[in-house]
Parts: sequence; structure tokens; C-alpha cells
Amino acid sequence: MIRFDAVSKNYPNGTTAVDGLSLELAEGGLTVLVGPSGCGKTTTLRMVNRMVEPSAGTVSLGGRDIREVAAPELRRGIGYVIQHAGLFPHRTVLDNVATVPLLLGWGKKKARSRAAELLELVGLPATMAKRYPYQLSGGQQQRVGVARALGADPPVLLMDEPFSAVDPIVRGELQAEFLRLQKELHKTIVFVTHDIDEAIKLGDHIAVFRTGGKLAQFDTPEKLLEHPADDFVADFVGQDRGIRRLSFVQASGLPLREGPVLPVTAPVAEARALGEPWVLAVDAARRPLGWAATDDLPSGGTLTDATLVPLGHTFSLTGDSARAALDAALLSPSRLAVGVDAQGAVAGVADAYELSAAMARATTLTDVPADAATAPEPGASAASTTPAGLTKGDAGESGPEKDGGAGGDGR
Amino acid sequence: MRDGEPLVRWAWIGDHVDELAHYTGVHLRLGLLPVLFGLIISVPLGMLCHRYRWVYPPTLTAANVLYSIPSLALFMIFVRYTGLTERTVMIPLTLYTLSVLIPNVVDGLASVPDPVRQAATAMGFSTVRRVVQVELPIAVPVVVAGVRVAAVSSISLVAVGQLIGQGGLGYYITRGLQLDFPTPIITATVLIMLLALATDALLVLAQRLLTPWARGKGAKA
Amino acid sequence: MNDLVNQIQLVGDWLTSSEQWHGDDGIPHRLAEHLTYSGLSLLCATVIGLAFGLLVGHTGRGAFAVATVANLARAIPTFGLVVLVVTLAGLSTAPVLVALVALAVPPILINTFEGVRGVDPDARDAAKGMGMTGWEVLLKVEVPMALPLILLGLRVAAIQVVATATVAAYPGLGGLGRYIVDGLSRNDYELVIGGSAVVVALALVVQAAFTALRRAVVSPGLRPAVTKP
Repeated sequence: MIRFDAVSKNYPNGTTAVDGLSLELAEGGLTVLVGPSGCGKTTTLRMVNRMVEPSAGTVSLGGRDIREVAAPELRRGIGYVIQHAGLFPHRTVLDNVATVPLLLGWGKKKARSRAAELLELVGLPATMAKRYPYQLSGGQQQRVGVARALGADPPVLLMDEPFSAVDPIVRGELQAEFLRLQKELHKTIVFVTHDIDEAIKLGDHIAVFRTGGKLAQFDTPEKLLEHPADDFVADFVGQDRGIRRLSFVQASGLPLREGPVLPVTAPVAEARALGEPWVLAVDAARRPLGWAATDDLPSGGTLTDATLVPLGHTFSLTGDSARAALDAALLSPSRLAVGVDAQGAVAGVADAYELSAAMARATTLTDVPADAATAPEPGASAASTTPAGLTKGDAGESGPEKDGGAGGDGR
Repeated sequence: MRDGEPLVRWAWIGDHVDELAHYTGVHLRLGLLPVLFGLIISVPLGMLCHRYRWVYPPTLTAANVLYSIPSLALFMIFVRYTGLTERTVMIPLTLYTLSVLIPNVVDGLASVPDPVRQAATAMGFSTVRRVVQVELPIAVPVVVAGVRVAAVSSISLVAVGQLIGQGGLGYYITRGLQLDFPTPIITATVLIMLLALATDALLVLAQRLLTPWARGKGAKA
Repeated sequence: MNDLVNQIQLVGDWLTSSEQWHGDDGIPHRLAEHLTYSGLSLLCATVIGLAFGLLVGHTGRGAFAVATVANLARAIPTFGLVVLVVTLAGLSTAPVLVALVALAVPPILINTFEGVRGVDPDARDAAKGMGMTGWEVLLKVEVPMALPLILLGLRVAAIQVVATATVAAYPGLGGLGRYIVDGLSRNDYELVIGGSAVVVALALVVQAAFTALRRAVVSPGLRPAVTKP
């Protein structure tokens, strides 16, 4: 869909922003360009809508050299979202969103009704339509920015650090909603960020750039974490890339054991007899109630009389990733992660060692087919070709809450 | 202009150096004292507007309305009370400076970063000490930018005061017209411009010495 | 206080005497003269100031020249310039109007330039990125966003023109300043104060007109910026 052929951008002062880039981005895919500042990722993005003209090479869109189209006309067919939204302060939210339809000569009425649809699509209430940008929060402004870019329903969206100016919680919400939106719309998206976590969360493919405008690696997020092409990429994706890879492993395949699970009505003596340091009390439907330390149990009665320590958090076998499971183990008072099924009933427990052994097996197993599947062939989206146990969409969706909560939820 | 009269008779300037120096001094006094008075009024008033935001719009409107009244008319209104004296020129000029100085004092105080204000409070500054020792110094660059604009326009307006006999170098402008003799008019006009520009340059220099931390930022009016 | 009442009385007497409303020295004629001088020179200055201000602001080229011209122009004593023009060119209206235009251009020029240059670069980038042509960026984004400053420049210029047109009566031009200058030379205080009252009234009307204009044409999305000359 979007093709860079030996594209370079040099400035008269001698700096090279982009150096001999060849890249092909699949239709309907979300490609993230990531790298440190000054690596040419934004320049690369801006060459797609001719905001920057390449010094050498060609950029083509749908098989056509973009230089064949007049710049304004080209740009009206490509959505463009930037960091601080760049809303027009003198126009209402509705008229901001109607900008491109109006430029295309749709007529006021049609343009505005289209804009109203788009506001709804990005989750803004109709009451916002008549407001001015200064009356919106940063997150709302960014939503308007996305709605405005979708104005004329362009097949391609360019997004330059669209979520980096808002706080982490709002960013998480925007990312999750953006993924939902993309599932619906299937736009071809080029997304620039300096945040590798955001890249992994959102991208079908990730292009890592190094300073000097050279492409260091172009791969799916999984491949990038498993097999960084060189030290630069390994360093850029971070020391904890092993942990991060677990985001792509589903928790459903993890081995769990029954362990010290007892109904809360069980006598104290029975709990002692297990000989475990901690006992997990569950209700009649096997929903977990809390941990009881064997040493602190009362001398008689049932577990109802014991002091229950809160669970920390559990992980879901149906929705969570292996990363959430490991997190649950580390934050649990008993050091045992509690896995629950779709109904919230305890399926079993496992400690961090048991989990990590299983994860090590799971991630090695995926190496072999992943090699074949993640070659950057056009049209092949990561989700459709990766093996079982590595389902991108789910991990991505559960990402914002789980990742954000890892540090704080257990307290 | 008479035929054959040159644009500038240099000899005339040579003959009048002492007199020109005298009127230059008068001109500076008439032009700059109002800026000083304006500052004395604007700093407390600006602080008040900064503290109580609702005071600001009406104050600014009043200052803008005063500014819009032509100087000649304002001079005439004050002649009744203060006669054909220097005060009649200086009071209106003082009033004119307010429309530049008050907003710049308010903007200057608003330019104090909130963390700085809070840090000062947290360290135990009383309100008065905080304003005097922390906020006003930080506001200086923006205030000086306003003083520059006020001083330049005040110096150039003084000349109109000659119509009530108190115009500093404006004396040569009316004199030149009466004698149909351009040399004094040109001399006075150029001198007034030079005074304005020199004052402006001195204020820039003074600000650099006063606020070494703000160098290179170049606050604008 | 008593004196203020007297002064108002004086203005009232002068305004209501019938000779003020007829002939070449009547208020309607003098006001028409004043408005013609001011209006014509403001119009010319607006065309020149807007054209160059928009050009320099939009392209970013010539910014230093604009700032220098504006700084120098502020230092020119208007009274000296007007008297000089009359001395050199003789007492005719056109040269004085040229001087008024020269005085009114800088505030319009510098404020238009600053207004356009101060437009949020993100908004400009977004406008271009959505496919606006250079003209569309200028007319649909830059001008509306610069409007508060452009109007401020026009207001300052208008105030300056009205004031300088008053002073221009001294070297012999018509307009409302005549009353003040003639009254001074004849020691007719009623004439001086009556003329001043009309000049003040005109200035207030100009000020109010610009406030109304601002309300009418500036988008409420642009939060009221501080207005100062």
C-alpha cells in the first residue's frame, strides 16, 4: 500500500534525516515507526503526505508515485493527526472535524452531519460539538484530532505521536479505544512514537529507526522482542523485553495445580492437615475469598473464623496474558498466583517458578513458526499468521489496564 | 519654505548648541518623569489586578479609553486646573503610560512560574516578602518591555505640549514653522527620535544588568 | 467640583449655540473634514500594513526589517513630522495625509505580522497536512487566528491618526483641532474646551467602534487576549 524505495532526506546543512529507506507497509495494517529523537521517524511519516519532499528515492501510495498528485489534493485523501492535535482554536469542535469535507466542497450541511457521526465514533458526546477547543481536556482534544483526520474517510492515516502529550491513564484509554476503532475501520496506519511500549501495544509491524535515519529492524512486535537484529535494537526495546514478550503469551495454556484451596466452611483442623503455609478460602461457587496463613489460624472452628488476607489480584485464564499471571504470583501474599475461569471460579494456583518454566517452553515453541510468519510480506497481518498462544489482539486490549496496574493494584 | 533655503543650515545648529542642550534636558524631564509616575501607579495597581482578576478588565478598559483621547484635547482639559505649566503636560502623559504599563505588570506577574511561587511559599516567605523578593524580580523583563514602549511614545508626545508652551524640544518645531525655517524643525525632530532610541537602548542595558538570569530571552512588549 | 460643573456648562453653551452647526467653521463641516482625513489615511495604511504584515508573517521572510521599521517609527514625533511636511511642501492636504499614513502603517504592520507569526505552529501544520493550499492556510487559519492582534493594530493606528489629525490644525489644516488651535490664539477658552469635548467624543466613539467590531468578528474560541497599544 505504502512503499518507500531507497528514500533519503538530506538537509542543506549536511544532516541526514532519512538514509536509503526501503520499506513496504501492508494495506489495512498498523505500522509503528519508533526510535530515539533525531532518527528520522517523523520525517519518514511526513514524506508520505509530502509535508517533506524526499531528496532521493520514491514514495508510492497504492502503486502510484505520490509526486504525480498535487500536494493539497494528496493530503485531502490522507488523514493526519499530530501530537498536540493542532485544532483550530477559532472553530467549534464540529467545524474542526468538518474541515476536510468542507475543503472537498461537500457543502456545509453534509460536512457537519458527517462530523457529528465522527464525534460519536471517537466517543465524544454530541454536547461537545458546539464547544471550542480551549474548553476541552487534552484527551478530548486528541479525540477531536482523530475524528478530524477521519473526516473524508481516507484509506490512510498518518499519526505523529498522537497520544504522547496526555497523561498515562488517558493515554491508555486512548490507545485501547484506538485499537477498537482500527478493528472496525481497517485503515492503513503509519504511527510514529518514541515509546517502545506504545509501539508493542499498538503495532502489527514495527520499524525501529536508529539515529542517522537508518532502518534498524522491521518486524512484528513478537519477533522484535524475541530476536532483536542487533545490540541497538536490543537496547532500545529494553532490558525487560523478556518480560514484555509474555504479553503475547496467553495465560490459558499455563499449568495450574489445585493446591491449598478449601471451602470457607472447612474446619480449621482440615486446613492444618494440608501442611501448606497458606490456604486459599473459596465460597460455594469456588470464587476466591482470601488467603489465610496457617500459622495464624485460630485453634478451632472453621475458616470463616480465620483472618483472611486480601488476594492481591487474580488472573483470568480466558483474557489475560502470561505477564499478568506472573505479576499475580509476585504480588500475592502467598507467592501463589490464583487463576480464575470465565465465571470467576478458581481454576488453580501456580508459583512464579512453575509459571516461568512453562513460559520458557511456550516462548521457545513459538520461535520456529514465527520466523516464517513475520517476514514483511504485504497484506499479511500479524494476527492472522501467528501461532496459537500468541494472539496479538487480546494481549493488546487487556494491555492498558493490566500493565498500568502492575505496580499499584496489589497494594 | 523660502526659495534657496537649504534643508539644514549646519551653522545654525553650531550656534545653538547650548540652547539645544537646555531644551533637551527639559524634554527628557517632561518625557521621562511621567513614565516614572506611571510606574509608581501601575505596579501596585497591576499587583491588585493580578491578585483580584475581576479588577483587571475595568481597569484596563479605563486605561485604554484614556489612551484613546488625543493629547491636545487632554492638555486643554487640564489647562483649566494646572495652567500653562509642565504639570499640564506631565499628567496626561502619565495617564497614557498606564495602558501599556498595567498590562505588562500583570503579564509579568503571570509569567512567574507556579512552582517558583509555591516553592517560595513552602520555604516560609510571607506574602509580602514573596512578592517583593521573588515575584517582582521575575516580572522585571516583561515590565521593562512595557517601560520601553511607554518611554519612547512619551518622549515623542512631549512636543505637542509646545501648543501650551511646554514642549521641550517642541519649541523649535513651532519656532521653525513661524519663521518658515526648516532647520530647527528637522533638528528637533531628529533629536527627539535620537532621545527616544537612546532611552530605549539604555533601558535594554539596564534590564540586562538588573536581571542577568533573563539574558538572551528578549522579552517583548 | 464647582469648576467641573462650570466647565461642562461652558461646553454645553458652546455646543448649543447655533453658529456651531452651520458654515465652514461649524461642527458638521469640521467633523466631516476630520473623518475624511482620518478615514482616508487609515484606509491607505490598512491596505499597506495588512498586505506587508500578512506577507511577512506568512512567509517568515523580512521579519527583522518589519521589527526595525516599527521600532523606528514609534520614535518619530508625530507633531514634528506634520509640521515639517507643511514647512517643506506648503499647506496642502495631500502631504499631511501622506504623513498620517506613514504614522499609521507601523502599528498595523507589526501587529498583523506578530499575529500571523504567533499562530500555533501545530494548527498551521495540521492545516497544511489536511490539504489546505497556501491561500487557504492564510485565509482560513492564519487571518482568523491573528484577528485579535490585527484589530488591536488597527485600533492603535486609528487612535493615533485621530490624535495627529487634531494636531495637524496647528500648521493650518482643517478638522476638529481648528477649534483648539484657534481658541488658543484668540484666548477663547470656551472654543478650546468645546473643541476638546468634540475631539474626546470622537475618540471614545472610535474606541467603542473597535470594541464592537472585535466582538462581532473575533471567534469566541480565541480567548480574549490582553489588549494594549
